[in-house]
Amino acid sequence: MTTSGSSSARVTTASAPSQGVDWLLVSGFLAVAAFYVRAIFYTPIEAVQGPAQKILYVHATSAFVALYLAFGLLGIASALYLWLKDEKLDLVAESAAEVGLVFTSVVLVTGPLWGKPIWGAWWTWDARLTLTLFLWFLIVGYLVLRGAVEDRGMRARYSAVLGLLSIVLVPFIHLSVYLFRTMHPMPIVLKPSSPSMSPEMQWTFFPAFGAMALLFVGLLRARYRLGLLRDAVAATERER
Amino acid sequence: MQSTPPGLFRASWLVARKDLAIEFRTRTAFFSTLVFALLGLTIFFFAWDPTTVAAIDLAPGVLWAIFAFSGLLGLQRSFGVEQADRAMDALLAAPLDREAVYLGKAVANLLFVGGVQLVTIPALALFYNVPLAGIALPLAGVALLAAIGLVAVGTLFSSMAVNTRLAELLLPMLSLPFFLPIVVSASMTTARLLAGRPAAEAWPWLRILLAFDLVFGVACTLLFPFTVEE
Repeated sequence: MTTSGSSSARVTTASAPSQGVDWLLVSGFLAVAAFYVRAIFYTPIEAVQGPAQKILYVHATSAFVALYLAFGLLGIASALYLWLKDEKLDLVAESAAEVGLVFTSVVLVTGPLWGKPIWGAWWTWDARLTLTLFLWFLIVGYLVLRGAVEDRGMRARYSAVLGLLSIVLVPFIHLSVYLFRTMHPMPIVLKPSSPSMSPEMQWTFFPAFGAMALLFVGLLRARYRLGLLRDAVAATERER
Repeated sequence: MQSTPPGLFRASWLVARKDLAIEFRTRTAFFSTLVFALLGLTIFFFAWDPTTVAAIDLAPGVLWAIFAFSGLLGLQRSFGVEQADRAMDALLAAPLDREAVYLGKAVANLLFVGGVQLVTIPALALFYNVPLAGIALPLAGVALLAAIGLVAVGTLFSSMAVNTRLAELLLPMLSLPFFLPIVVSASMTTARLLAGRPAAEAWPWLRILLAFDLVFGVACTLLFPFTVEE
């Protein structure tokens, strides 16, 4: 037990990242800053909604990252963990949940800020808004569960089960809240007829997804590396 | 004593019978859950102005919100009783499939929740003065579907929550987002039944409830063994 513990600690320490500038994370932040400069200064103001519409560029992109990248990754990593029992997958799921919580929170904060001038209310029980709120609850529950289990293997198994079930739940929440009337704008960019967005706006909007995704990957990798370092420290302490 | 291990259904029933026997002999959880549900009915009634909101409009939502909260009380107990003297270890050491342990627990919980519903629904008719007698049969069907979904998810989460530092605090936090589709579908169906609307109007909601039971019944049975392995 001691031998295998120390050898795994050495492996973990060896694969732990070296110190230095995290260029992926830096370029993620720079890309997001760049598209926002473009969105504010070099993209026309929308005729009906005015400057408030500029929230779109951060709101929709964060929603895309939170729902499809972070939440999707959480579900996939959870399922794979139950199958392969690889601790790295547990760490990926944990990182995806934490970074996903940040992006979901951004969606929930920017949504009401946009909704107030356009819908006339900070909050409505609109289908997509409710779904995002429940995603937020699910991720918070997931992270609280992780914090409440001492044993490492048990924590990984419990959180993988919850992560997988949460993905299964999303369509059910979507369906049940959708049967209530929805007032969210229907997709206006990717509809089959020509998109109702000016070319300049499209040139801000589409690269913005890439920038936000890059920031997500940067944050995810940083969080994953932090987890590796934390494990390496824990393994060293156990050795003493 | 049987020499061969019992089959899945027989084994599940043995586990369920054990849980029900414990509950029947102590009766603590059932009566406290029942009193909690009845208290909930009265408190909700006084939380609205009866001159602006009619009791019949309020009743479906109150019924299913209380169903979700009182269900949590019973579910907490499900694996809580296995904590004393590490009874869970004995249960896992018994020659039973892990799935049978889950299904047995779920069946016991279903009867527990059903028993509470059996008193709460007539109490709702009495306190809120709503004519439930005419829709008793379809309402019982909705209650059964809702209870199956609730215990499917709740039994699994109960087995996890008891082993955490937060224990009883964690179960509602994990379960309630999963109860949302159940509570919404059951409330909407009940409201349409009460209003005498055609069955077709309730069908989309019932479909969600049916799909939920099926998907989570299967998923939780398959995932339960992962929560108890060593």
